[in-house]
Amino acid sequence: MRGRHAVATRVFKGGIHPADCKDATSALAVTRAPVPQILRVPLSQHLGAPCAPTVGKGDRVRRGQVIGDVEAMVSAPVHAPASGEVVEIGGVLLASGARVQAVSIAPDEDQDFDRFESIERSGSVPATVRAAGIVGMGGAAFPTAVKLQPPKDMTVRTLILNGCECEPYLTCDHRTMLEHPEWVIRGAELIASAVGATRTVIAVEDNKRDAAAALEERAGSAVEVMVVPTRYPQGAEKQLIWAVIGSEVPHGKLPAATGALVHNVSTAAAVADAVDRGRPLMERVVTVTGNVRTPGNYLTLLGTPVADLIEAAGGLHGEYGRIIAGGPMTGMALADLAVPVVKGMGGIVVLDPGDTAPAVHGDQPCIRCSRCSDACPMMLEPFAIGIYANRADWDGAHRFHALDCIECGCCSYVCPTRRPLVQLIRRAKQVLLEKGASL
Amino acid sequence: MSAGATPARMKVAASPHIAARENVTHIMFWVVAALAPATLWGVWNMGMVAVVLLASCIGGSVGTEWIWNRIAKRSQTLWDGSALVTGLLLALALPPRTPWWMGLAGGIVAIGLAKMLFGGLGWNLFNPALVGRAFLSVSWMGVLADVRPFPGGWYSAIDVPATGSLDAINGATRLAIAAADRAAGGAYGIDLARYYEPLLVRNLEGSFGEVSGLLLIAGGLLLIAKRIIDWRIPAGYIATVALMSWAFGSDPLFNVLAGGVLLGAFFMATDYVTSPMTRTGRLVFGCGCGLFNVVARFFGPMPEATTFAILFMNGLVPLIDRGFAPRTFGWVKRRG
Ligand code: SF4
Ligand code: SF4
Repeated sequence: MRGRHAVATRVFKGGIHPADCKDATSALAVTRAPVPQILRVPLSQHLGAPCAPTVGKGDRVRRGQVIGDVEAMVSAPVHAPASGEVVEIGGVLLASGARVQAVSIAPDEDQDFDRFESIERSGSVPATVRAAGIVGMGGAAFPTAVKLQPPKDMTVRTLILNGCECEPYLTCDHRTMLEHPEWVIRGAELIASAVGATRTVIAVEDNKRDAAAALEERAGSAVEVMVVPTRYPQGAEKQLIWAVIGSEVPHGKLPAATGALVHNVSTAAAVADAVDRGRPLMERVVTVTGNVRTPGNYLTLLGTPVADLIEAAGGLHGEYGRIIAGGPMTGMALADLAVPVVKGMGGIVVLDPGDTAPAVHGDQPCIRCSRCSDACPMMLEPFAIGIYANRADWDGAHRFHALDCIECGCCSYVCPTRRPLVQLIRRAKQVLLEKGASL
Repeated sequence: MSAGATPARMKVAASPHIAARENVTHIMFWVVAALAPATLWGVWNMGMVAVVLLASCIGGSVGTEWIWNRIAKRSQTLWDGSALVTGLLLALALPPRTPWWMGLAGGIVAIGLAKMLFGGLGWNLFNPALVGRAFLSVSWMGVLADVRPFPGGWYSAIDVPATGSLDAINGATRLAIAAADRAAGGAYGIDLARYYEPLLVRNLEGSFGEVSGLLLIAGGLLLIAKRIIDWRIPAGYIATVALMSWAFGSDPLFNVLAGGVLLGAFFMATDYVTSPMTRTGRLVFGCGCGLFNVVARFFGPMPEATTFAILFMNGLVPLIDRGFAPRTFGWVKRRG
């Protein structure tokens, strides 16, 4: 059904078209992954203050019960994904390589997934969202409640729901939009009214027209569905705002300065779940794909070790290169499959060795082919920042606006000599921020 | 099922974890492929001299790079094919009477002076092949200016290099005829259009790479279609040459086809390292090459209009890059 949806008339400059590799899982309905023998639920699955455990070793916990919380504004509580017994409170390694505290739960044999401890939802929408522990599920993992309370001096006019899912391989947002369009739309309405937005747009890339159609069918007059061209990184916040409302986020300002606010579609679905059904964030859809025997979209309890999830997908199949948590453009290569699934992890991609980017080594020359600057969605000159960063000339990197880099990876992707551009630029950003450089 | 079933060899590296397949070797392969038809046609028509010239130029360029890397104890960079392309371009830009030792010297200067001395691939300001050619033309001016028709053909003997007239204008002797005619206000009544066909198909006066303009155009279009070169440079170059020639009262098409403009516009000016980094900058650069090419051809006593026009514009690239720096997303002003 090709209905009323709007088609974006703008598209950002640059970007790339990697093979999307979504066919293996885009048509597969979400199924529940088996409950693992042990859940290691990190107390820091979000940006901001880590939670302190609210349970102790040996405690029995019920599904949905709070197991970690903290007073801080920028944070999100953590809930027990399954009923069981707390067997340990200790450290766990995350996909990023960071070591954080985690509550380890041995789940009960029998689990009734429909029963859970409901959250307190007599307060405002942001309060409920906070209580549900919702964070940005597109990967950023920024606490959603904070984004629902924009600073007083900013007016949000347009709410944009990001259904682009522009990372190759991932289909979890696609399936959520297709299978639960009503939750996504309900979430959009709740968020819009919380922030006072007068226009709501759900942006979907044109390789997911079925999802756009499903959303359209249920969208009332208050919610627009907009189809945007498939191009990486269409789902990057600044590029998406540009496509939808035609404003550039001014350099050094919050995206809200344009009057637009972006939330991920799966986050919106979780908001609807929390407000309407009192459900905290205990599980999420993870696309497990690449060289596994049965790729699919798995509804996975938070804290499930990646190894178990790969096992649920039939196990590793054939040769493999890097194993990625998240998408291949911005995700993390795993050193260890014991890392747990967290709120912001949308996929496990077992890359074929032939598809894995060749390792970079030594000082690869820049042949000034300009592919990187042509591909940069921020219109930077990555080759130049790379050259300065390589010489540790941080002022030079700053002059070329290193701090505006969104680390999308397009430049490294296209570089024919395989210069490690993003790594060099990341390093420059880090040093510049430490030195207190302002944008 | 249990956690910790981590396979022994996990590969870790920073994102992005996928990459476009195109690498330097692919790019150089396509450049060579695009030049192959013109090269083969040149060899067929000029004979053994062309083979000797190719071998000496490429030997000089590739050999110099190899030795330089050995002495400087740097890893070998021959795999990237760029020294090969430099040697090939140099050979194609030389007239068939060039002796082999000049080809060798040109190759050595191209890589040693114009590339390695600047720091190797990516750091040179000037196009190495053109520096090699400019060096030869300044050192042995008569030889490169001697572009009398070369009735070579396969298996023909190598001619003794003639010491031609010093005042010959670059390119073909036809250019000299055209210039004389233009100077005399068209008094000779020469119809340049009758040169179109030989220049496009089989032209034996000129460098051995430009026997057929059609094959050069086809190779250039291939590189544009494969998105290896930006159309803006050749388009700006050729359009400017045509327009300026017309404005000065000469035949536009003739001026595009003669004197190495096609080889220069599609294959020399488009060299990544020595051309601008932004799209607008590349258009400006192409137009600048065309402008100086025509000015040098019509008004200069300067031979080698094409070579020096491109080298001159190479020198302006840092300025062009600054002038047309992109405006960072979210910034009001250009970075400059
Ligand atoms: S990673 Fe940064 S520099 Fe590279 S393309 Fe993306 S925004 Fe541009
Ligand atoms: S893509 Fe790589 S080689 Fe090309 S200009 Fe950028 S850094 Fe240089």
